[in-house]
Amino acid sequence: MRFGVVVFPGTWSDCDFHYVISEALHQPVKYLWHRDRDLSGFDCVILPGGFSYGDYLRAGAVAGRSPVVDALPDFVARGGYVLGSCNGFQILCEARLLPGALMRNECLQYRCQSTQLRVENVETPFTRGMRAGQVLTMPISHGEGKYYAEPDTLAALRRNRQVVFRYATAEGQLTKAANPNGSLENIAGIINEDGTVLGLMPHPERAAERAMGGTDGLLIFQSLLGTLVEDGSFLKR
Amino acid sequence: MKVRVLVRLKPGILDVQGTSVKRALAGLGFDDVTDLRIGKVIEVDVNAATTAGARQRADEMCRQLLANPVLEDYTIE
Repeated sequence: MRFGVVVFPGTWSDCDFHYVISEALHQPVKYLWHRDRDLSGFDCVILPGGFSYGDYLRAGAVAGRSPVVDALPDFVARGGYVLGSCNGFQILCEARLLPGALMRNECLQYRCQSTQLRVENVETPFTRGMRAGQVLTMPISHGEGKYYAEPDTLAALRRNRQVVFRYATAEGQLTKAANPNGSLENIAGIINEDGTVLGLMPHPERAAERAMGGTDGLLIFQSLLGTLVEDGSFLKR
Repeated sequence: MKVRVLVRLKPGILDVQGTSVKRALAGLGFDDVTDLRIGKVIEVDVNAATTAGARQRADEMCRQLLANPVLEDYTIE
């Protein structure tokens, strides 16, 4: 599976993603510059965390209109997968590839901590290797991660099972205390209707080796790899 | 032509920055402040022959980038 890791001016998780994909997953990976439009050599494009374009105007606003993001709808239509983490999730919402928006944390603090995530839907290409209701541990690191959407959008997300991860206790309870940023309905990650574009605030690439305190983040990549092997996409492209 | 765009959070959306500043003002003795919300002012110089033309361009800018329709309303002056 060929991964492309997008680098914007101000991205900071690009090297971590590159390292995990090449060293932990042994998959081919290349960096993509924010001006690249040609995504033909890739199966999955990653939008990493950081502060693209300094997060000027709004987090992810300028990156959401960049050439590489502009090329994503065509890439997805051709069968590509997109994973946006942290700033990448903000960019996907700004580009309207995912519904809703991410706002300033309700506590006003920048939160850099470990979180527990309850897996809400295991029938997506990114989560099929997980168990329903499984609680994963992954770190967050953001100041603007409060997921917000209008009531109609939230209802549609629930109806289509597009909420993939929610902040929870270790036992899987959705409590206010387990919600680090005030996200509506404890939402930590959502997917598009087709199941091809996933955005989440936590950092799977920072939970990919035992030495880093856990490997739950790898489950996302392993699910994706299994998906591509099984549907034959690997061989076709 | 100079255009001033005001972007603010939609009514009903909790403005945590505004709430925090209101609390700080109360600490300075301004306990008569009943509400405070923070927005953005964006000043744009645009090449346009008419006011209506400049306003229309600014409106397009708002829809494409300057405001996020999920969270924000905007007005153009």
